[in-house]
Parts: sequence; structure tokens; C-alpha cells
Amino acid sequence: MAIVGYLVRRILTGIVVVWLVATAAFFLFFARPVITVARELAGRAATPQVITEVISNLGLNQPIMTQYWHFLDGLLHGDLGYSYYTQESVNTILKQDLPPTISLVIGGTILWLVAGLSVGIISATKARSLFDRVSSVAVLVGLSMPVFVIGELLILVVFLPLNEHGITWIDTGYSGPTSGLSSFFGHMLLPWITLAAVQAAVYTRLSRGQLLDTLGEDYIRTARAKGLSERRVLFRHAVRAALTPVVSQLGVDVGQLLGGVVVVEIVFGLGGVGQASVEAVEQDNLPVIIGFVIIAAVFVVLANLVVDMLYAALDPRVRIT
Amino acid sequence: MSTTFHEIDLEVEPAISRIEGRSQWQLTWRRLRTDRVSMIALGVIVVMILLAILAPAVAALTGHPPNMAYPITGENAAGNPVGPFTNGFILGTDSTGRDLLVRILYGARISLFVGVVTTFIASVLGVAIGLMAGYFGGIIDTVLARFTDAVLAFPYVVLAIALAVVFGPSLTIIMIIITFFSWAGIARIVRGQTLSIKEKEYIEAARSLGAGPFRIMFFDILPNLLAPVLVVATLYIPQAVVFEATLSFLGLGVQPPTASWGNMLADASNFYTVAWWYVVFPAAALLITTLAFNLLGDGIRDAMDPRTERLLAARRLRRKNRKRKGAGGIAGTGPGPDFPDPVRIGQIP
Amino acid sequence: MAGDDDVLVRVENLVKYFPVKAGGLFRHTVGHVHAVDDVSLIIERGKTLGLVGETGSGKSTLARCVAGLIPVTSGRVTFDGREITKLSRGAMRPLRREVQMIFQDPYSSLNPRRRVGSIIGDPFAIHKTATGSERKRRVQELMERVGLNPEHYNRFPSEFSGGQRQRIGVARALALRPKLIICDEPVSALDVSIQAQVLNLLSDLQKDYGLSYLFIAHDLEVVRHVSDKVAVMYLGRVGESGPKDALYNRPRHPYTVALLSAAPAADPDAAAARQRVILTGDVPSPIDPPPGCRFHPRCPKAQPLCAREEPQLVLSAADEAAADGEVAAPGPATAGTVGGDAHLTACHFPVAVGENLASAAASREFA
Repeated sequence: MAIVGYLVRRILTGIVVVWLVATAAFFLFFARPVITVARELAGRAATPQVITEVISNLGLNQPIMTQYWHFLDGLLHGDLGYSYYTQESVNTILKQDLPPTISLVIGGTILWLVAGLSVGIISATKARSLFDRVSSVAVLVGLSMPVFVIGELLILVVFLPLNEHGITWIDTGYSGPTSGLSSFFGHMLLPWITLAAVQAAVYTRLSRGQLLDTLGEDYIRTARAKGLSERRVLFRHAVRAALTPVVSQLGVDVGQLLGGVVVVEIVFGLGGVGQASVEAVEQDNLPVIIGFVIIAAVFVVLANLVVDMLYAALDPRVRIT
Repeated sequence: MSTTFHEIDLEVEPAISRIEGRSQWQLTWRRLRTDRVSMIALGVIVVMILLAILAPAVAALTGHPPNMAYPITGENAAGNPVGPFTNGFILGTDSTGRDLLVRILYGARISLFVGVVTTFIASVLGVAIGLMAGYFGGIIDTVLARFTDAVLAFPYVVLAIALAVVFGPSLTIIMIIITFFSWAGIARIVRGQTLSIKEKEYIEAARSLGAGPFRIMFFDILPNLLAPVLVVATLYIPQAVVFEATLSFLGLGVQPPTASWGNMLADASNFYTVAWWYVVFPAAALLITTLAFNLLGDGIRDAMDPRTERLLAARRLRRKNRKRKGAGGIAGTGPGPDFPDPVRIGQIP
Repeated sequence: MAGDDDVLVRVENLVKYFPVKAGGLFRHTVGHVHAVDDVSLIIERGKTLGLVGETGSGKSTLARCVAGLIPVTSGRVTFDGREITKLSRGAMRPLRREVQMIFQDPYSSLNPRRRVGSIIGDPFAIHKTATGSERKRRVQELMERVGLNPEHYNRFPSEFSGGQRQRIGVARALALRPKLIICDEPVSALDVSIQAQVLNLLSDLQKDYGLSYLFIAHDLEVVRHVSDKVAVMYLGRVGESGPKDALYNRPRHPYTVALLSAAPAADPDAAAARQRVILTGDVPSPIDPPPGCRFHPRCPKAQPLCAREEPQLVLSAADEAAADGEVAAPGPATAGTVGGDAHLTACHFPVAVGENLASAAASREFA
């Protein structure tokens, strides 16, 4: 089966990519002298002996290649090492912090695609209408705003006034879906909007442009001439063809999405993997940083695989080989 | 017969005025000038740049140096920032009682500098690498394609954070990071364009004349690339500005007390309830700047698109009709059958 | 009669295959496009060799091999006594001044972002033969020579009509005073009224500068107008060749006959009177050309032999005799070579003068 061979090949290249990323991250962080790490860990008044002890405890005095092999060996066994500070397993840390991140990514992506594509399609079918003009302006504003500014403005304009009037349903911080769906949505609504806003703008613009181009094609005119209903022409013929470039853009944006996740988690104090990794970076907590980088790489590889499959499903000219 | 039309054109128009050929840039500029939105955006950008350059003058005028705190006049009884138009602070003060207006203008210096310089370096790199990959193909192309894919798909904020920490946060490192993540997109566009231009007959003509690969790349292909690269670069500047602001917001970019819109907004997030202006004004400055660049980039792209000529013709026609109607002339003179509304050609019936 | 000194270009057994690749990760060659397959020809000094054929017959590929733009698969190209097929790019440079090309599409053969003066001056810049005001003067001379207004030096190609653009292409090709100009369908993209102007310009230039042309076209009348010798190509091979009048008046290859009968005739009476030979089917794939005579699947006169054995390009003695000695026996230098004085045909059953091919086609269809 061609599809099985394709999947195997993609997964193999995916593993190579993850390995390259992990290796790059590993060596990159060793560009920083270990002594600074140890000094920070040992506290301000540490004696040289304590520092040496810390270094040897962490295994940082071994030759770098030995440490690298050790790291790779652990990686193969699914072991990402232990936090320098708490001695907690990195796996545990990531597991704890994943739920807010996953909630954010899934909800945000759904909102972003639904909003982006539907506004784009409506704008294209009603080109130069009031709706189109307003959405075009909104798109440009969205494109021009950093994620954190949108988040801050939402807090300033939505969260604070509501809170002042005693409406506390919309809240910052994280509350898992197990402790009440309503509270979950209340906590996630603003983060989702923030994460989706910029991306939705990109997709509105892209899908509108693509659809406008497609609607000018001869085969659309043919479909209309055959007497198909406008709805059928739009959804069976035009949207399908216009969506393929949109889907390929999706693969590029997965990385961007993760960046947005970090910022949104910090602005709303969600405490997910992104926030944890920024904290880890500030503390030079190497194992946690590398753990996050690897998770991110795996996510990017998997997401790209899904996108490519989707692409092949949408565009009959693309064959999976 | 199109040839005949051309020849008639040449006869009708005064020969002398047309002897100097109109370059694409002149045409673009002519079209751009009729686009009101682009011209306003350009005006905003020019004003922003002037204000950034004149920031020290403004500081001198107000008598408030950018890093000088005014604990008495700049803070209220509770030690919080004072609002706009209080005690000579036009836009109010920040958390330590510094003049917000002066700091926003100093922030503009950083943002514009980072945006323009990184985009320029990234464009040069992207053009050089994309051109080589597209022209030579083969192994260079494969390596580049994989590398650009990796750079484009990588969670770059994460890596940027890591890099900023490893090398210590500084303006230089931010600019390196932003450049590193920008060139790949430009290289990809340039590569695609190069691939299609490479197949044109004039490239073969140049080769048959004995031109070497570098002459072909720089004299024959490059001039055709400048237009798309200019559009992309204009759209990359606001992205670089946003990127710098984000890194500074995360505490990984420009470090206080140096003013940057990003670190001002990070600090402002602690004063939501007491000082709305501390959030709103830096955010507005950021938004206005990036929006202006985005609008201008869109305008340039439209001005370079040959299809726009028809659009402009339609706009002129409509304006003329409107005027005629207003003067009590022939009411409702729509475009006749010879002038189908060009806006809709190739779009929607 | 053409002696060795009169031959400017000699092509011997030229073969050019393009690999056809397939597969994603590990690309491999699955076949070859037989673009040019064992072609030999000569181009005489100061003369024009016309090359006719349908799209895909390999005539443009042949031209690019002769110009040294693409490497040949096998065979030799000798220019002015020097073999050029194995030269490095550096060693090719001086030769570039001697061989120039005029391209088919006047829109894509001129760089839209460069001014006309810079386009025509490009050869001077590349070969460093003239700079500054000297270059400008020579460019303006060239513009005047090809019938352009020298004051339009600073204009862009988009400001010219198709015919004027082709004149720009001619000026560029002429700049270095080459010995050979390869014209690859130079007028196909032009309006008929403009075609004649450009063709006349080309023949004036030939007279003035003693140029040789390799003139490629699919329009038989255009080729007849400009050529001294004509060769007809089909699927990478030469099917028939000879001096213009011999070939046009007494075509012997069924393919040539068919092409000629398809060309529009200016005289309506003549048009009504002549027989039309309609070819059926499409040109076969050049990746897997038919065995034997390549034309046999579409030939109205095809016999079993045609599918088995490949016909050689030969002189038909009987036919030559019938032409009451119009062409003498060829000299040794050009014996049996395309582009020489001999009328050569690669056909087992050449068409005789007065033979009705149209009825042959019809009878074959009913058989």
C-alpha cells in the first residue's frame, strides 16, 4: 500500500527532524558556561566547593559527548531527564503543564479556522460590500497587532469592566474542564480569542483572495452556465479548489501557533507548557527547556503530516507517493 | 490586432514627451499616488520616522529626559502614574513617573530601527540565497528548501526566547534573531520567482550572448525580483516591529530603563486598573506604525499589479459620472457596453 | 556546388536525448525524449538553411545544439572548422560572438525590466567591446539599421509593438557582427502584415553583412521566402531536404507533400484545384518513436516494409534524371548531406511527380 509506505517514510524523516532539533538545542545551551548555571543553582553565597559539587551532581563535569550520549540514551527510553531545581522528572512537569496548553491550542485553532474561513468566504462572495470592507479593515488591524497587545486590550476592555460589575464568569488563570465546563469556558474564552485573532486575520485574507481568484476561473463560469445553484457552485467547486493553498499555509503556521501559545499563557497566567518553558529558560533549567523544544518539534512534525494528508485529500492532483 | 493599436497609440501621443521610457517604478508611483489610503499610510510612516528622529528635541521641549523619573509631579498621592495633561505630562506618566510621550518616541526609535534594518538584511540574504537556489537548483536548492521549511515551521518564539537567554538579551541579539527568522520566507519567494523567470526566453538570449551565471542573476533576473521583494519587505517591517515588541514584552529584548514599546507594555500590565493610558498609548503607537506599513505594503502590491490599471480606470470613470450627476448632467449614465465595469472583470458577475 | 570552404557549420550524426525522470525521493530515468536523432547537415556561408517541421519535431532542439546552448548527447558540430561540441564555457565565449539567436516570442525574449538600449548593448557589455558613449553610439546605429527610432534608446520593451520588439531582438543578435544567426521561428508570433517587414529586414541584413541563417519555422511559405536550402524534420529526423525549388516543386516524401498541401494557397483557383492530403492521427510520442520509418503510422503510402526497416536519406537517381539535369551530381564535399545541393529523401516509396496522394490516402482508409 502506497499510503503505508508514505506514512513510514514521513515518520522516519520526522524522527530525524526531532533528533536534529534536540541535538541543536542540546549543544546550543551548552554554549553557555556551566559555571553560571551552577552558581545560580547554588545560591548567592555559595563557596567554590559547593559549586563544584553542584556541577558534578548534575553530571556537568563530564565531557560534552558523554553527556550527549547519555541524553540521547534517555531520549530513546522516553526519559527527558530531571529538573535541575526540583529534581522532578521532566516528563512529570510536562504532563502537569500540558492540559492548559492543549486546551488552548485546540480551542484556539478551531476558533481561528472557523472565523478565518467563514469571514473569508463571505467576504469573497460579497466582494466590495460593506461586510467585505469592514472585515478587510479588521483583518489589517489584526495583522498589525502583536498577540500580547490583543490579550492586554481584552483584559483592559472586557475582563476588568466585567469584573468590576461583579461578573466573574470570564476569568484569568486556568480551570480544567473536569472542574466544571462553564468555568472552563469562562477561563478559556479570552485566551482562545487572543490566540485566534491574528491567525484568523491571516486566513481571512488568504481564503478571500484565493476564492476570488477561483471564482474568476472558466470552470466556475461553466458550472454556473450549467445551471448549478450558486451555493453548489460555491461549495462543491470553488471553495474546495480555493482551500488547498489555505491548507498548505496551515503547515507553515503551526510553528507560529506555538509562539502565540507561549505569549497567551503568560498574559492570562494559564500556567501551561509555554509559561513553564519561559520560566525554565530564565532559570537555565536545561532539561526542561530541551523537553519543551522536543515536544514542540514532535508537535510540528505531526501537525505537518496531518496537513499534508489533508492537502492530498483536498487536491486530487497531489498524490501521496 | 494588438500591433495596430500600439502603433496608433504611438502616433497619437506627442512623441517628445514619451521618448524617455516610463519604468515600472514610475508607473507604480503614479498609481500609488492616486491611492488615498496608501498616501495616508506613507504620511503616517514619514511622521513616525520624523518623530523618532526628533525624540531628543521633544524631550528637550518638554524638559523631560526619557529616563528621568518625576516622583513628585509624575506620580499621584498613591504613587501611581498620573494621567494625560497632568503637570505638563502630555500623555501622562509611567509606573515610575517618567514622561510617557517622550518614552513612546524613544521606543519608536528602537522599533523602526529594528524593523527597517532587520528587514533590509533579511531581504539581502533572502534574495542572494533564493536566487542561487532557484538558478543553480540541484543540491543547493534541496538543502535550502529543507532548511527554509525547518525555519518556517519551527516554533520560533520558543527558539528566540532560548537564544536570547543563551546569549543574554540585547538589541543586537534580537536583531540577529529576527533576521534569522525572516530571510527564509523571502528566500522562498525569490526562489519561486527565479524558477519561473529562468525559463523565459530572455534568459536564454543572455546565455546565447555569452553571459555568465552571475551576470544573468544580477542583470537579468534581479531587476525582475525587486518588485515582489519590495512588497514582501514592506510587509515584513511591521512583523519585525511586532517581533521585537513581543521579545521585549517577554523581558528578552530591550532591557529597561531603555524605552521600547514591548517592555513598556509588559510593565503596563501591572497597572491596568489605575493607568489605562499606560497600556493604550504605547499599544496605539505600535498599532498605528504596523498598520501603516501593512497598508502601504498592500497599496504597493496593488499598484504593481497590472490588473490595477483597470481598477483605477473604473474609479476615475465612477468619479466622473458622479460629478456629472451632481452638475445636473445626464443622470444615471452608467458604463456603456463598451466599458464593462472593469472592477468585476475576472471576479464576480 | 559547395566546397569545404563554403561550409560554415557542419553537423555530424547529432543526437540529443532528454531524460524523462520519475519518482519523488529517488528520481530515476524512465526513458528518453528522442528530440534529435542522428541528424547531419551543413549550413553554407552566406546562405539560409530553412528547417521545417511540426511542433515537437526537434527543430528548436537542433538549433540550440548548434548554438552551443545545450550539450549534445553524441555527434559533432563544427563551426568554421572548429569542433564546438566539447568546448568548456570559457572556450565557448569567443564563439558566442559568431553565433547569435533570434527568438520566437518577442514578448518573453526581451527582459521587461531593462531599457532597450541596455538590451541591445548587452552583447557589448558582456564581451567588453564597447563602453559608455561609444556603446550608446553603436546601439543607436544598430537601432537605426533595423528600423527603430534611435531616440527610443531609453524606452522599455513594453512600449513597443510585437514587430518592433522583434527588430530589437534582431539588433541584439546583430550587435557583434556574427557569422551565423539562428532564427527560431522569428515571425511565428507576429501578425502577417508585420511578418513580411521582419523577413525583408533579415534578407537585407544577409546581403549587407554576408550572414548565414539557420531559419526555423513551421510555416512553409515563410521558409520558402527566405531559404536557399530546406530540410523537413519529423520526430527528430530529417525526412527530406534539398534546394528550395526542387523541394517545393517536386516533393518526394509523403510528409512533405502533406505539409505542402495543407499550406494555404494565395490563388483561390489553385487552392480549389489542388489535392488535400489530410494526415490522420497525432504525432507519436518522441519518448517511444515508432520503429522503421517514423512517419509510417500516419503515412498514406505505408507498406509493411516501412514499419520494419528505416529508410536512409538518399538521392533518387531516376527522379533527378526526370528533373532534366536541373541539379548536377553533387560534389564530394556535400555528397548526401542535408543543406547541400542534393535533393535527398528518406522514404522507401517516394512520391512520384504527378502522383495523387490524396486518393492513396482515401483508398487506404477504405481498405
